[in-house]
Amino acid sequence: MKEESTTDISENKNLGDVIVVGGGISGIQAALDLATTGYKVYLVDKSPTIGGKMAQLDKTFPTNDCSMCIESPKFIECDRHPNIEIITYTEVVNVEGEAGDFTVTLNKKPRYIIEDKCTGCTVCTEYCPIPIPDPFNQELSTSKAIHIYFSQAVPLVPYIDESCSFLEDGKCNICVGVCKNNAIDLHQKPEKRVVKVGAIVLSPGYDVFHPEVRGDYGYGKYKNVVTSLDFERLLCATGPHVGEILRPSDHKHPKKIAWIHCVGSRQSTEGGHSYCSSVCCTYIQKQVILSKDHNADMEAMIFHNDIRSYGKDFERFYQRAENLPGVKFIRSYVSIGKEIPESKNVTIRYATTEEGVKEEEFDLVVLGVGLIPPANVENLADIFGIELNAHQFCNTDAISPIVTSRPGIFISGAFAGPLDIPESVVGGSGANALVSELLNSRRGQLSKERIYPEERDVSEEELKIGVFACHCGANIGRVVDIPGLVDYSRTLDNVVHAEEGLFICSTDAAQQIANTIRDKGLNRVVVAACTPKTHEPLFRDTLREGGLNQYFFDMANIREHCSWVHSKQKEEASQKAKDIVRMSVARSAYLEPLLEFDLPVNKAALVVGGGLSGMTSALSIASQGFEVHLLEKEANLGGMALRIPTTLEGLDVQEFLRNLIRKVYQHPLIYVSHSATITDVSGYVGNFVTTVISEGRTKKIMHGAAILATGAVEYKPTEYLYGTTDRVMTSIELGEQLALHDSKLTDAKSLVMIQCVGCRQEDRNYCSRVCCTHSIKNALKLKEINPKLDIYILFRDIRTYGYSEDYYREAADKDIKFIRYEPENKPVVEAINDGNSEILSVCISDPILGKELVIEADIVSLAAAVISSEGTYEASRLFKVPVNQDGFFQEAHVKLRPVDFSAEGVYLCGTAHYPKHISEAISQAYGAAGRAVALLSQDTVTASGSVCEVEENLCVSCGACISVCTYGAITFNETNKAVVNSVLCKGDGLCNVVCPTSAISLKHYTDEELLTQIDAVIGV
Amino acid sequence: MSTVHNFQPKIIGIICNWCCYGGADLCGVSRFQYPPHIRLIRVMCSARVDMLHILRALTNGQDGIFIGGCHLCDCHYVTNGNFNAYSMVQVFRKILKHIGIYPERLRIEWVSAGEGIRFANFMNEYSSELIKMGPIGKAEGMDKATLAFKLEAVKNIIPYVKLVITQRLHVSERTEDAYHKFFSSDEFERLFNELILDKLVKSQITLLLQKKNLSTSEIATTLGLSPSEVAKHMNDSSKQGLVRFDVKSKNYAIA
Repeated sequence: MKEESTTDISENKNLGDVIVVGGGISGIQAALDLATTGYKVYLVDKSPTIGGKMAQLDKTFPTNDCSMCIESPKFIECDRHPNIEIITYTEVVNVEGEAGDFTVTLNKKPRYIIEDKCTGCTVCTEYCPIPIPDPFNQELSTSKAIHIYFSQAVPLVPYIDESCSFLEDGKCNICVGVCKNNAIDLHQKPEKRVVKVGAIVLSPGYDVFHPEVRGDYGYGKYKNVVTSLDFERLLCATGPHVGEILRPSDHKHPKKIAWIHCVGSRQSTEGGHSYCSSVCCTYIQKQVILSKDHNADMEAMIFHNDIRSYGKDFERFYQRAENLPGVKFIRSYVSIGKEIPESKNVTIRYATTEEGVKEEEFDLVVLGVGLIPPANVENLADIFGIELNAHQFCNTDAISPIVTSRPGIFISGAFAGPLDIPESVVGGSGANALVSELLNSRRGQLSKERIYPEERDVSEEELKIGVFACHCGANIGRVVDIPGLVDYSRTLDNVVHAEEGLFICSTDAAQQIANTIRDKGLNRVVVAACTPKTHEPLFRDTLREGGLNQYFFDMANIREHCSWVHSKQKEEASQKAKDIVRMSVARSAYLEPLLEFDLPVNKAALVVGGGLSGMTSALSIASQGFEVHLLEKEANLGGMALRIPTTLEGLDVQEFLRNLIRKVYQHPLIYVSHSATITDVSGYVGNFVTTVISEGRTKKIMHGAAILATGAVEYKPTEYLYGTTDRVMTSIELGEQLALHDSKLTDAKSLVMIQCVGCRQEDRNYCSRVCCTHSIKNALKLKEINPKLDIYILFRDIRTYGYSEDYYREAADKDIKFIRYEPENKPVVEAINDGNSEILSVCISDPILGKELVIEADIVSLAAAVISSEGTYEASRLFKVPVNQDGFFQEAHVKLRPVDFSAEGVYLCGTAHYPKHISEAISQAYGAAGRAVALLSQDTVTASGSVCEVEENLCVSCGACISVCTYGAITFNETNKAVVNSVLCKGDGLCNVVCPTSAISLKHYTDEELLTQIDAVIGV
Repeated sequence: MSTVHNFQPKIIGIICNWCCYGGADLCGVSRFQYPPHIRLIRVMCSARVDMLHILRALTNGQDGIFIGGCHLCDCHYVTNGNFNAYSMVQVFRKILKHIGIYPERLRIEWVSAGEGIRFANFMNEYSSELIKMGPIGKAEGMDKATLAFKLEAVKNIIPYVKLVITQRLHVSERTEDAYHKFFSSDEFERLFNELILDKLVKSQITLLLQKKNLSTSEIATTLGLSPSEVAKHMNDSSKQGLVRFDVKSKNYAIA
């Protein structure tokens, strides 16, 4: 069907399906999912490259993954995708039309380079005489007027900055002379281009707060005050000092660094932003951890307000930073003192309860700047005809967080407000789902298949192994001697080529490998770099580009398994890297070309869990034309949301839920099973069979994808007299009673809320994310119906991240009292019965006042933890997908595959992943739907070539293999010899070890290959 | 146990793609440090680890072999192959013990993809344990030739041991408890002695006789067995036509 469509309409290069505006990580994800689902996508960015802010980050929290290493493979994926056209250095200037039929005018700025002719050799940059501050490195180092934005840029083509002396006064044209390809055209003019699309995804991202405007904390005045984004570049191996943290004034290593939180955020003063930027607390902790990695003796002081570690694994990350030696977290507002003239050190004044006001000197001060709307946001809103909210971010509402005010225009990423990377990625996939609901009827019409060069038959060739060793910035190179490794590789048998690279995964390096394969006639490739679990697909693809069978590839993991775990033992690590490469080279000599084959995809989805997330996913998938089987373990749909009357922002959750449930029941493609229990799951991506018992009937459901939305539950407290008196209730119970206007509440005089009940403690070492907001919501509601009520909220940190911060401020303004307590000094609740009535007494020691307070309360409300549900554990067992140590689903990659499991074809969303707010759950539900549809829209999935085969002569017909293969992939043939059904074989290789005659063998993991590796360890 | 000054053990780790490899990756991502003694090999499932692989590693002079898989009942595959890996390791450790090699040299552990720290802990623990133990052979007071001989004798019965494991040492219930219980039971001890130990001795005798003809007492001395035990084996083997008694030299020879 797709090939037939290569007719006239797809030849029109200005006719597409979707334009994605903004090529940061969110836009990239949206473009990739849309393109895979079968839409032709324009990916437009105003910068000279795609990549956005994530490309500037050194590492990402809370796993400290190298940011560029995980993002740049996505650039390559975009670049190579036949359905994506990347248009950089380009802005949208006009949008006309309506959903389904937009006409978008683009203005391509002159980069003065003819992109098709440029090879990215950078000779022009070498010769260019004009140094300019490097924008990618936050102007902390210099580059040239003609330069490539960063070394992994896509497209890998330079651009010429306006400060070029030819452009200024027509004087210099050295670059034109040195360019061998005549790729420089200094007379380029802006180009207009008009494209027609059906939908628009806006992902312009965010900007960082500019402290220079108000001169916050001496920024702009004192050299050694930098922003966190500046610092991010200082940390980075590709940064201004190649990964050395050197302070701006004298390029010396700072020994004592201060971080200041909430710069530009949580401020209602002029020039500040009232919302919380959501990500700064954790990125500062990341920077602290990384700085200590760089220099173990460094001292760090972090001046903070509430620590908002509300995300998955953030709490542990915070503890990790806090427990480092020489690191002090201090809860204090600060002001900048002065710059010491001789040392250029900067002093900070702060106050602690123990010591009062102090002034202390630092070598470097890092400002934790917040996230603000993108530059020229009003102009952007005008061009696209969309509304902005009070904070000048895009206006969206809780129940449709991905939709703008103009139909057909969707948003993804931090244009909705401060978001972290996984949420931005989820938004990208979610935009795919919503665009696809709109453009369903044209899916596949403009899309094309990827075409690879024909595979070379190497069976008659001599072995020619190529080894490519990666510095990974400094991640590997700082520990392992890479030049030595390359020299060593050249001495190994059959190695005909070895080279090193700064980032082998960058587009040009990968392309270079493909070229080298052809030029040098390589027939085996070993890449010594990071883990195959993330990068093997990319390099296998590179082999295909080079005309080699992709199984002729082996990856030597010298990062995760070497440089990162032996970072203090450079010599031993270098030796180990040699051993690892030797093992890979030895193994690669035995690799065989394997064929992959296509399996049909069953076009139905299974959604487990009929709560808000599950229903949203189901409805979105069905609206895109796919059958959905929705399973709910209870007799009714709705899940936990049934117990939440409203949200903080005032959404009537029950009405929304009623509508959603009605739409689910009315949709002809959704089949709901109530009181459902799954008894068995078998099959694999594209072809699952799930057995379900529902209302007394057993049925087998065939489906190609599954979304697990099994939800979470409220912890039943055992603390604070809960269960002994009806005056102590959980926040959810309080919310329910509030909705009923229970007289207990309307008549009450005093109410105490206790936060963090059952979490942020040893046995549940995570923050439940939603409780602070819930309590403030309840408190504001209570004040509304009973203004005289005294409300006390006893908290550890108030975690009203994002826009919720405004409600926190409102609550404080309405005289709701917030009293902080320390975990080692938890409040004590006692019931006091004076004979007639019962009253509760809450005793708490206030760390600020330094004394005990006793509050008499009519009601005590407990912000009880959100905990994993029974259903999550069950689904984990049945679908063979992991849960983390807190019992929540473990996604495939925390940052970039936030709704996928590593098991293909299974996705997740909602609170089963981690506690979250309704709008976040909806966003994630669309994300999961977008991912599932990207799979279901394929007619086939490709099965691995790594399956078992039987050498018939050796088979003794004992049947051992057949009895252990629970996939039923092995049977006897007519001559009583074992045969493998490749479609059913999953390639685990258990049958190999039970076979007494080694007649059955798993391809790609044969005894020969493994024994060779074992021998190569000692260099036999 | 002997300790050699500055002894750095050589370890091979064979770990499954889905859990332990992910755990080892996360360990790296988290920058948890461990000694650079191990070389890792990736397989799809810990069940893929064959006794032949372990033998080859030991023959090559590796001091330890680490097998890492998913937690029991959390196997990525419905085959739950990690139970098979577990069984194999229990049997193989017993074999090692019987040929005089510290069974602790072979270790199997479960590490999920989310347990970077657990992987680091195992690496640290295992390295220091092997350092304490000392180099293979030497630590056991065994010269190189003897070690090679013993391992070869084991290698020759591996096809048979595989059959014993699948057919006679089968645990019906795939739970951690059931496996632990079975492999620490007298029943397992009895089956091992009856089915494997016997073969192991015979394999060693055969290997000796392949090199040169020997008398019962020579065999007994070499293998550290009592002459009567050897006589019993020789009797059996003669009946089966595997060896013959050369009356003239009063030695046994391969039939």
